[in-house]
Amino acid sequence: MTATGQDSRLDPQTRPGSDESRALAAGVTEPSPARGARERREFLYFALRNTKLVIGLSTVLVFLLIAIFGPMLTDYTPLQFGGPVSEAPSSQHWLGTTSSGQDVYSQFVHGLRASFLVGALGGGLAAVIGMLVGFTAGFRGGVVDEVLNMLTNVVLVIPTLALLIVIAGMTTSAGRPGVSGFTMEALFIGATSWPWAARAVRAQTFSLVSRDFVDMARLSGKSSWQIIAKEIAPNMSSYLFMMFILLFGGAILIGATLDFIGLGPSNAMSLGLMLNNAVLWSALLLGTWWWFIPPGVGIMAVVGGLYVMNVGLDEIFNPKLREM
Amino acid sequence: VKRYFARKLLMYLVTFFVAVTIDWAIPRLMPGDPVQGLISRMQAQPEAAEALTGYYTQAFGLDVPVWKQYLNFWAALFHGDLGRSIWQFPRPVTELILEAVPYTLALLIPAILLSFLAGNKVGALAARRRVLDNTVLPLGYVLTATPYMWLAIVLAYVFGSIAGIFPLSGAYSYALQPAWSWEFVTSFLYHWFLPFASLFLVGFGGWAIGMRNMIIYELESDYSHYLEALGAPRRLVRKYAYRNAMLPQITGLALALGAVVAGALVTEVVFTYPGLGSMILSSIQNRDYFLLQGIFLFIIVGVLIANFIVDIVYVLVDPRTRIGMQGGQT
Repeated sequence: MTATGQDSRLDPQTRPGSDESRALAAGVTEPSPARGARERREFLYFALRNTKLVIGLSTVLVFLLIAIFGPMLTDYTPLQFGGPVSEAPSSQHWLGTTSSGQDVYSQFVHGLRASFLVGALGGGLAAVIGMLVGFTAGFRGGVVDEVLNMLTNVVLVIPTLALLIVIAGMTTSAGRPGVSGFTMEALFIGATSWPWAARAVRAQTFSLVSRDFVDMARLSGKSSWQIIAKEIAPNMSSYLFMMFILLFGGAILIGATLDFIGLGPSNAMSLGLMLNNAVLWSALLLGTWWWFIPPGVGIMAVVGGLYVMNVGLDEIFNPKLREM
Repeated sequence: VKRYFARKLLMYLVTFFVAVTIDWAIPRLMPGDPVQGLISRMQAQPEAAEALTGYYTQAFGLDVPVWKQYLNFWAALFHGDLGRSIWQFPRPVTELILEAVPYTLALLIPAILLSFLAGNKVGALAARRRVLDNTVLPLGYVLTATPYMWLAIVLAYVFGSIAGIFPLSGAYSYALQPAWSWEFVTSFLYHWFLPFASLFLVGFGGWAIGMRNMIIYELESDYSHYLEALGAPRRLVRKYAYRNAMLPQITGLALALGAVVAGALVTEVVFTYPGLGSMILSSIQNRDYFLLQGIFLFIIVGVLIANFIVDIVYVLVDPRTRIGMQGGQT
């Protein structure tokens, strides 16, 4: 479900040496404008030549465009009944129909929208919480660090699915319509999937806090949050961005899982819910593959694209990893 | 090391406490009154319903103040008593769960261990080897980005529906009763293979990629270059890199446990495999929140134990923690 491999890679506390060098290699953005422009050009140079980034990014963009414009191209709505039953893809129904006569294409594009919403919102919230906790813990140290670390570990170990099922069960029955249901879902996912991000940010912050330029900033009398925002965060900006990408993909997968167990928002359509319906109405036995193949391909392409993009970015920011 | 374990233990105790408290709240926060649901299903006469309400409220221990219910829950917990199921009323939750747990474990444990071992090996082989890397990497990304349930559906469709090689549902042939007979075991393995394979494949992709990336980091680090400069054979350098790359992977294993368990649950749903996952689904559908509560308690305890095992393994594998790692780093 989550990008386990990536998680552990972004969790650098076990490799203090290499993580230090990464932080250095990652973002040496000096304030001088001339140098900034050159860095940007250099970034673009490597970005356009990195096949992984190009492939990943274009996959995600293609599906994003489908999610944005797809719903405009069809007259059907995802929950509308009445079409022909279990019909294979045709010019009328581009991706066929379900066993209750719903249009699969329309379900797919609306579901894709929901997935992007859950990913962006859930991943975004998780990144924000992770950064808040991580920066505070890493910068303050001492007792604050101990307490936050404990909190992080507790949330990390509790099976989040259990937590999500409880909360989701409470809210779906409250019957919030459509999009706001996915917003709620995204918020819960964000509120439970931040721990590893917090750990990663904390470890990175630790390695930066004792640097000279941070001491200088302290001497100049800046407040803690100013130092974090101006001195520490920019030095790990690439790292934070990659973290967000992974959280984005993870949130989409968790959302799909929740919807699949039937705990997603009711009276709306998502990719996970499509899979749920397909299994419940025995699409497997009926052989209506057009019902369950598209949602899976959609999730896989978007999440896979994000992960591949992440590795590409990693290679760009960290010259050591580039293919020789 | 003692200090390290003391801290870990404290962490687990706090986690356990928080988790049990959340768990206790499940039936109370869920929508709908479970007792009413049970009675309405019996379709009793109004007078009888009233008497029944009183009886069941007492039977489920809901007639005392909330704080006392909470304390009672803890007390009952230590007696291994998780209350009674509403879905299959008179049967205790513990009994139902114990029936389902072996199936879930039979899927989970081999899938976790084998995918971890195989993924790490293949990932390590693939790193910095062009041909292998170009096949393993895309495959790994596709697999790890696949939702568990979808891979399960596709496998079931291709091998079950179209090819008809493997059965689509259940854990053993319906004609059989669970027993230690040769016939049952083969039937079990036959039904077990597809769900296991879908869990294994998703995990495998993630580990292979993680290991591949870690090995590249290690091969580019100073000690590897130094070893190479000394003229050490490439195999030796890779061996050291592998050992170092293993540590974050083990940490990753602890992080991934929750996700794998979730994956096993949805895979069971696809194959109607009689484990905890299918039971969660039916308990949600039947509004049996006491059963749901019991299942989560089992999952929480299981994940905690597994985490603890990973911690111990980590100490055994990493020489630095053996010498005495600073507690702050945990």
